[in-house]
Amino acid sequence: MNTRSHYDVAIIGAGMSGLAAGIRLAHFGKKVCIFERHNAVGGLNSFYSIAGRKFDVGLHAMTNFVRPRVKGTPLGKLLRQLRIERDEFALCEQKQSRIAFGPRGECSLRFTNDFAVFESEVVAAFPAQADGFRRLVTAVRTFNDVSLDAAPMSAREAVRRHISDPLLEDMLFCPLMYYGSATERDMEFGQFVIMFKALFLEGFARPLEGVRVVLRVLLAKYRAAGGERRMKCGVKKISAHAGRASAVILDSGEEITADHVISSIGAPETDRLVAASAGEPTTAAPTLSFVETISILDRQPAGLGWGSDTIVFFNDSSRFDYVRPTEQVDPRSGVICIPNNFDYGADRVLPEGIFRVTCLANYDGWASQPEADYQADKLRWFAEVQRSARRFLPPLVSDDALAAATLTTDMFTPRTITKFTGHLGGAIYGATVKHRQGRTSLDNLYLCGTDQGFLGIVGAMLSGISMANYHILQKG
Amino acid sequence: MTKDECKQVVLDIIADIAPDEDLSNVKPEVRLRDQMQLDSMDFLDIVMELRKRHGIEVPEKDYQQLASLDSCADYLTPKFDALTGKS
Repeated sequence: MNTRSHYDVAIIGAGMSGLAAGIRLAHFGKKVCIFERHNAVGGLNSFYSIAGRKFDVGLHAMTNFVRPRVKGTPLGKLLRQLRIERDEFALCEQKQSRIAFGPRGECSLRFTNDFAVFESEVVAAFPAQADGFRRLVTAVRTFNDVSLDAAPMSAREAVRRHISDPLLEDMLFCPLMYYGSATERDMEFGQFVIMFKALFLEGFARPLEGVRVVLRVLLAKYRAAGGERRMKCGVKKISAHAGRASAVILDSGEEITADHVISSIGAPETDRLVAASAGEPTTAAPTLSFVETISILDRQPAGLGWGSDTIVFFNDSSRFDYVRPTEQVDPRSGVICIPNNFDYGADRVLPEGIFRVTCLANYDGWASQPEADYQADKLRWFAEVQRSARRFLPPLVSDDALAAATLTTDMFTPRTITKFTGHLGGAIYGATVKHRQGRTSLDNLYLCGTDQGFLGIVGAMLSGISMANYHILQKG
Repeated sequence: MTKDECKQVVLDIIADIAPDEDLSNVKPEVRLRDQMQLDSMDFLDIVMELRKRHGIEVPEKDYQQLASLDSCADYLTPKFDALTGKS
């Protein structure tokens, strides 16, 4: 055995969860290496540059924001576990967000990082539902959402015990699903609770420079703790022997041995690495994917009259269909993100305006077209998605005002997601089945990240932390 | 090691894992959990930092001995002394 290539723990994937797991393990003296196929860290929450301009992917807003001295929430746990000072993330709070339903967003519920605002909006718009809404909030607050072995329960059923108006029900589900659900139509109630707390009871924030700040902090901690990292160094196979992962094989053919392997790449994706050596059938790919349009503007969005909303969750139809679209994209519902509209403080603004819109997409519709068709479809759907989203923002002075202010655009599709992250089916929220304890078919191979089932960026990091604690550090 | 020194070792660890807690007025006889927000993840960290920094092992069955600063000192001081050869 080559001593240079043996680790206490090998981690597959340098996303938020893999980095967090790595920090914990390295901090407590484990010899750890993270293997990442891409040349950038971050996984689903990363960034890229085109023509010197930096684009964030993933992160619209960091959820789970609480103010200093609010304790016992996921953000606080994460900071403590990773020994990160609050100020290092330099989080700036959202201005306001909205859930806007109806063909022109006629029914709109505002929410901020102060839950009383949301509650009063719900009570004003749905007076008959006020008591039910308060009962639901109590049920959410008292639910044990960190249990690793809770029995699954339908969130739709649980919510309907308190809320009888389908419009309000859909309006509550829309943001929670868009920000974390891998399942269509319904969520597991534990996941609903995690997301309800993350978005409504806690809130949104963002560093001025976006996801890069979070990644920079994680990398610095990991490096300082003595963790190793190999980029452009994918894992193509996990060798198994007697029910244990005996080695990971890199794309180059190099063999790495480790006492434990943590995989952040997803459950079906991990199964495939194991099956690549065992020849077993692989699990089904996930079903939900997304497109996102990004417009870079020559002015602050406030200059177009779009200066108030940070995030807008919209839906134009009588019911909210969170399902895999039959067409390439379903522009009826989606999420608008205007990163300029966080409260960055006096004189601190993003240099350019940014307008992002996310909609549900069908992976198969994008996966295998010839390049020319793919580009044409991107153009067509870009226009369609933006047209749909604009109905839910204040009207512009003229129909071409957005186009006139646009410096450049970009768009990601399900195909982009799979290309850069390796997630099957263009999945962002992983497979429909979650593995709370992170177990796999092999004794010393564990999952962290989206398929372990903690959601959002804070959830992803907590997933890496919990799996490192539970499977490795607690065992000494 | 004196019991006061031992309490300081524990306080130093808590200061690092929970920098958002005010440790200026911790009552040694009162359970730590009742004076500040410490959950099971934090207690696990106290145990692991004791091992990392001082080579002290606390088996899981003894975690309750870390409930208050006084009980920490009673339980940990002999362990520190054993390490330095003073029994």
